Amino acid sequence: MIAITRSLLGIDPLFDGGLLWTPLFIVILKVLVVFVIGLVATMLMVWFERKAIAGMQNRIGPNKAGPFGLLQTLADGIKLFFKEDLLPERADRLVFRLAPYLSFVPAFLAFAIIPLGGDYRDGNGGVVTWFGHQTRVQLADPPIGVLFALAISSIAVYGIMLAGWSSGSKYPLLGSVRASAQMVSYEAALGLSLAAVILVTGTLSTSGIVGSQSSLGSWNIVATGVIPFIIFLISATAELNRPPFDLVEAEQELVGGFNTEYSSIRFSLFFLAEFMNTITMSAVIVTLFFGGPQPISIGNTTLDIPLINNSLEGSIWLIAKVLVFLYIYIWFRASLPRFRYDQLMDLGWKFLIPASLGWFMLLAAQRLADNENWDQLIVMPLSIAVILVCFIFMQLAFRASSKNRESEGAAF
Amino acid sequence: MELFVFICAAAMVLAGALGVVLRSNPVHAALSLVLTLFGIAVMFVSQQAEFLAAVQVVVYAGAIVVLFLFVIMLLGVDRAENLETEPLGIQRPLAIILSIGFVALLVTTIVQGRDSLNMRGDGLITADSGDHDANIRQIARSIFSNYVVAFEVTSVLLIVAVVGTVVLARKRKSEKDLTVVSA
Repeated sequence: MIAITRSLLGIDPLFDGGLLWTPLFIVILKVLVVFVIGLVATMLMVWFERKAIAGMQNRIGPNKAGPFGLLQTLADGIKLFFKEDLLPERADRLVFRLAPYLSFVPAFLAFAIIPLGGDYRDGNGGVVTWFGHQTRVQLADPPIGVLFALAISSIAVYGIMLAGWSSGSKYPLLGSVRASAQMVSYEAALGLSLAAVILVTGTLSTSGIVGSQSSLGSWNIVATGVIPFIIFLISATAELNRPPFDLVEAEQELVGGFNTEYSSIRFSLFFLAEFMNTITMSAVIVTLFFGGPQPISIGNTTLDIPLINNSLEGSIWLIAKVLVFLYIYIWFRASLPRFRYDQLMDLGWKFLIPASLGWFMLLAAQRLADNENWDQLIVMPLSIAVILVCFIFMQLAFRASSKNRESEGAAF
Repeated sequence: MELFVFICAAAMVLAGALGVVLRSNPVHAALSLVLTLFGIAVMFVSQQAEFLAAVQVVVYAGAIVVLFLFVIMLLGVDRAENLETEPLGIQRPLAIILSIGFVALLVTTIVQGRDSLNMRGDGLITADSGDHDANIRQIARSIFSNYVVAFEVTSVLLIVAVVGTVVLARKRKSEKDLTVVSA
């Protein structure tokens, strides 16, 4: 019994005394809070994106509903509820109805493993006390940790893929085929750059990863070298289908993309899932590379917010860091033109995957040399030389293949 | 509790498996396969093999079935197929015989190996020990020490398969000229 709870919800001191009523109540409370935070954050994110984009394009943006137009998303949501729910004649009814939920549910599930706050200072490990029980400020801390996020993001492709196919119409199908190819190929780069983080921290659990990043110098962005972070950011953007990788819904080419045939509440579920995914992915980036709820501290001096208790302060730091990444995503959208499809695939397969693999090998070599007491001055240049040779071979292979393609013409 | 989880997961697996066999629409069949894989993942979790569950979802549900669906969509075989026409006559009786043999084999294995299933391995560390990553460390240690040759050979096999596919799919120059002429 306890074993099953542990393997589902992870090592949380909450379950030390078996499954009692108070811990059960705390878990239900956590589920509710995470769900509500997800919905409200999504609502605010839509507003934030519209307002920020408007600012960058010298417009005003939403300003009628509520103060600063804050309630605009709510108004749009209510409007969508009352629209007619269309079902295309050639649609596959069952799958057409199922697809929005398949993209909506994973968006929320991934949020469950993010440490949302708590006191990680002085080896506290993010444990707080609620109602006389010690627990972590995160819904679940499963032993597989970040692999759960990876699994969820690999499930998210189903929603988009099936939505396009089940519409029974040409453009959505094209959009969804593009989407699935894109998401499957960028997942490899995502996973490989994540492996660098796991290698450095030596644990999969998100609370463990946050716990190991106690000062600015040990934040994973520094500890792994900046490269995995850059690769992760690019492939996360592609995984989210956000600009400049939004070929899934390139409105100039595909009408509206995979969700062309959707209307009313089903469309709003896709819309919600997309923004929710953006927030979740930003939170994952912050957790993996920027210390999550850890405050900024250099050496022994910690940037402490006065008058607020340490565990609440974690949440404030997390929100601040996530906001930075949300702004960066909006910034991408406002300033970068969309990729061409072949450029997208080239970037993913020919650059990001080899680069993340090479960097991972470099980190592994450094780690091995560290463990075996080898001389770093010999190991590092040697491994860099090996990677350079591999890079040259790869470039030769690319050149040969592009020459072949030119002489043979298109493959289909 | 453990029995309850097992019953739910087993129901998922069986419903999915029946769906794969009985559904005439290939996309529905592929989706039923996803249900089966999820059921197996749940069973892995209840046996405290979380890593296997994650890999099951990432690799099988997230990549392989997506590839199936991708091919189904691209080739446009998404209409329901007529199960009455059979291109190979011997296929069905052969399948029945083989599946009966397979079931017999499985039952014999389970009956024979029931005693050893009840015993727990000596070096087994469970999640109760408090070590978060014990599971993964154990898997990694056995893959990269005892079974490292099998592991490497499998990866070579995969590469050979990829290269072979590329070679087979590429058109020869002369063939291409022929198709152009005939078109």
